[in-house]
Amino acid sequence: MNFLARLFQMIKKEKSKDTAKKRLQLVLIHDRTDISPEMMENLRKDLIGVISNYLDIEEDKIELDFSKEERSVALVANIPVKNVKRRAERRAEPA
Amino acid sequence: MDPRIIVVTSGKGGVGKTTTTANLAVALAKAGYKTAAVDGDIGLRNLDVVLGLENRIVFNLVDVVEGACKLQKAMVRDKRVENLFLLPAAQTRTKDAVSPDQMLKLCDELRENFDITLIDSPAGIEQGFRNAAIGADEAIVVTTPEVSAVRDADRIIGMLESMSKSPIRLVLNRLRPAMVKSGDMIDVKDVLDILAIDLIGVIPDDTAVVISTNKGEPLTLGDESIAARAFSNVARRILGEEVPLLDLEASDQKGFFGFLRKALGL
Repeated sequence: MNFLARLFQMIKKEKSKDTAKKRLQLVLIHDRTDISPEMMENLRKDLIGVISNYLDIEEDKIELDFSKEERSVALVANIPVKNVKRRAERRAEPA
Repeated sequence: MDPRIIVVTSGKGGVGKTTTTANLAVALAKAGYKTAAVDGDIGLRNLDVVLGLENRIVFNLVDVVEGACKLQKAMVRDKRVENLFLLPAAQTRTKDAVSPDQMLKLCDELRENFDITLIDSPAGIEQGFRNAAIGADEAIVVTTPEVSAVRDADRIIGMLESMSKSPIRLVLNRLRPAMVKSGDMIDVKDVLDILAIDLIGVIPDDTAVVISTNKGEPLTLGDESIAARAFSNVARRILGEEVPLLDLEASDQKGFFGFLRKALGL
């Protein structure tokens, strides 16, 4: 009986609870990244600050958004580069 | 023990907030703590009928916050259990009848008069929920093992965290052990993985709950059903006792077929 049950399980598709769990995890990642416009703006400013140390960028053409992939959520930034700086104006590492 | 105020909330409606509030209030009162059960759902009151006290209401929460009557006068004393009092919601008013400041003031007064106050929150994430939660120290989030309820619970947990409620603990309601076993219901572990908060109890889906609501007699008044024991255990954990989770699977395998399933190892 146990053998049959196991065989049946193997043939059977994914358990509905696993489907539920996966769907929930995905939807929650998205729910949780629902960050405020203010936070998004701060993120944008900080990003510009860091990247400007290395590259000349077109600050007003930056696109920053979350994109939902099949199984994950990604932060996608499109940052047009005007010029690569010859020497990075890197600040000293914090002690 | 310092007076404690606990909001019982969920986000989604119909997952068992009121039933949980009623059963925990009875169990806490029976444990000897002076307990207030407050219906925070202004305009859609229900805690009174679930507790079976609907015929004894004279004044309500809105009367108290508006100063029309004293808190002590509005509290309905439960004659079946010593130490249990209900503050009913107003039925003919809307959620706008109460301001956050008024709720904070009410909570201060409840703290002076009761050991433990449970506030039954309305569903949703709007002002009614905020009013119910604003004066509470701690929160109990009720959810069922369904995607919609768990998702809403996650949202409400985020809000309770931003309101600095602590601890925020989870009651997983209406679990069906047989379905969990067959892989067709998300399990306790899955829910905890997803929500990442502490568990304070698991309540099995039990027909006794429906019957008790029909009668207006919370299970914890004395029933020996498995759900009654599960609710009592939650109350004991609120009081700081360490109580192991009930073995719901064993209780689910009653009767001939349960025996058969067990014998066959299925």
